[in-house]
Amino acid sequence: MASPLYAARRRRNIIAMGLSLGATALGLGWLVLILSALLWEGFSGLSLNVFTELTRPPGSNGGLLNPIVGSLILTVLAVAIGTPIGILAGTYMAEYGRYDRLTSVVRFINDILLSAPSIVVGLFIYEVMVRPMGYFSGLAGGVALAVIVMPVVVRTTEDMLILVPNQLREAAAALGMPRSYIIARVCYRAAKAGMITGVLLAIARISGETAPLLFTAFGNSQWSIDLTDPMASLPHVIFTYALSPYKDWQQLAWTGALIITFAVLALSISARALAARK
Amino acid sequence: MEPARRQPVVDVALPGDAAAVDAQVSRARALAGLRFWDNVYRWLTRGAAVGVLVILGGVMVSLLIGALPALQEFGVSFVTEQRWNPVTEKFGALAPIYGTVVTSFIAMLIAVPVGLMIAMFLTELCPKWLRRPIGIAIELLAGIPSIIYGIWGLFVFAPFLQDTLQPALIATLGNVPLIGALFEGPPYGIGMLTAGLVLAIMVLPFITSISRDVFEAVPPVLKEAAYGIGCTTWEVVRYVVLPYARVGVIGGVMLGLGRALGETMAVTFVIGNAHRIATSLIAPGTTISATIANEFTEAVGDLYTSSLIALGLILFVITFIVLAVARYMLLRIERRIG
Repeated sequence: MASPLYAARRRRNIIAMGLSLGATALGLGWLVLILSALLWEGFSGLSLNVFTELTRPPGSNGGLLNPIVGSLILTVLAVAIGTPIGILAGTYMAEYGRYDRLTSVVRFINDILLSAPSIVVGLFIYEVMVRPMGYFSGLAGGVALAVIVMPVVVRTTEDMLILVPNQLREAAAALGMPRSYIIARVCYRAAKAGMITGVLLAIARISGETAPLLFTAFGNSQWSIDLTDPMASLPHVIFTYALSPYKDWQQLAWTGALIITFAVLALSISARALAARK
Repeated sequence: MEPARRQPVVDVALPGDAAAVDAQVSRARALAGLRFWDNVYRWLTRGAAVGVLVILGGVMVSLLIGALPALQEFGVSFVTEQRWNPVTEKFGALAPIYGTVVTSFIAMLIAVPVGLMIAMFLTELCPKWLRRPIGIAIELLAGIPSIIYGIWGLFVFAPFLQDTLQPALIATLGNVPLIGALFEGPPYGIGMLTAGLVLAIMVLPFITSISRDVFEAVPPVLKEAAYGIGCTTWEVVRYVVLPYARVGVIGGVMLGLGRALGETMAVTFVIGNAHRIATSLIAPGTTISATIANEFTEAVGDLYTSSLIALGLILFVITFIVLAVARYMLLRIERRIG
């Protein structure tokens, strides 16, 4: 017969397992709740208007064209600035100074930058760009986002280059290739999929970032693609519209949120697929 | 045609030596060129790596310079005073600091046990074919931008809490002596409890995925030995897996805490932005990041702006310490796993 101790242990086990099942259901439940609310509210406002009309005062049937274009410009700018620096730094850490003091320090700092509060990045760019220049600008917004892109790219570049087998480097060196050529022609090529994954993840990360744009790119209700002007962006418009008292603006905020979420999910899923193919 | 005829004139006219010297010279020149570009590339990458450090230093220095006027004006009282009055230009950061700490604490109180439970489910209980999809779904939660949590929290979650959880808490726990003070006041929907709950949902994926990774890294031999002497699954997790993975789990928790402390948009939507320290958890409050996000562009006067930057500096220093500890812990477990 089962002893009372054994029965108690069994019972405790069943309770713990039940709790873990419940916790998982809770976690997945939130995802379903958030996505369904987003789909429900977002789709009811989705129309062609959203993509073809500029933002307008409440009650006049505006769209989200300038924030969408603004977000695209800011993202391209951020990737154009952040990716090369990130790849170069990651290259140094994996190829030239893998066992350097400098590398371990940079790796530590980079990991901290990776999860540093993004609003602090906004303050930083405000201090070094917006205040000296005297006005909010799309350029400052792009640089702020680049500061967020960079650590992601550094991390993935380093990780992927470390995975490249040394035999490849040795074979290329035996043919008489100089180091920079080995890196550019052999290592980058071998690590390409992983590095692209990193860039995609970085784009997914910044496409929803709002905090660093609040006081850099600021926002603009007019059509503007001038980088020295304040620039509209989707997250910023969602922020202002959602907190406004107007029903149609709130509706646009939901629709904008839906667009961003889809973009982010598509990016992270394709990044995952790309990483899995390797 | 004979091959000899097609030979270049130079080769025929010059003695063999000269041609060899010439080849050597051009070879040396080409090598020098390659070496030059090699060095350029090396220094370029090194410069970029140093650039990462410079950026972090730049954040620190620029925030310090920006915060200096406020810190000089108020000194220590900046972090000990509660008043926040833009009209009289008297600023104290205690209320935002308190809000940041309380909301993060609520978030961790919920997210840590739930996250660990999910990690246990994924590593010990879940059928193999279901592991990846559930893992990916939880990680998708991490990918959703914070502004989405914000808009969802404001329009869906807060009204829901206002109608259900908050009245229930006020009616039950609100009457209990001592802790009753934590659940006093009218149900606004928005407030510190709501912010804490939204934060909990946001940091859950971080804690889950790191705990799962360190749980999976526990050597199977240890677990099998425990199962072999008749331990239940719960006992294996509690007495074998958790102690082994402790350092890594703490690292993951600290990483989540770092996120919760610095999270801006989701909190800004649901915290209510009230500069006061309320004992009640369901009362509106504010956090460091929410204060900056709400007030920075409207701040007039250098002292106001500088005070907000000083808030940013405090936030940065706190998160820097938390994240540094997290990285140190994770580094330790990585070394042990090898």
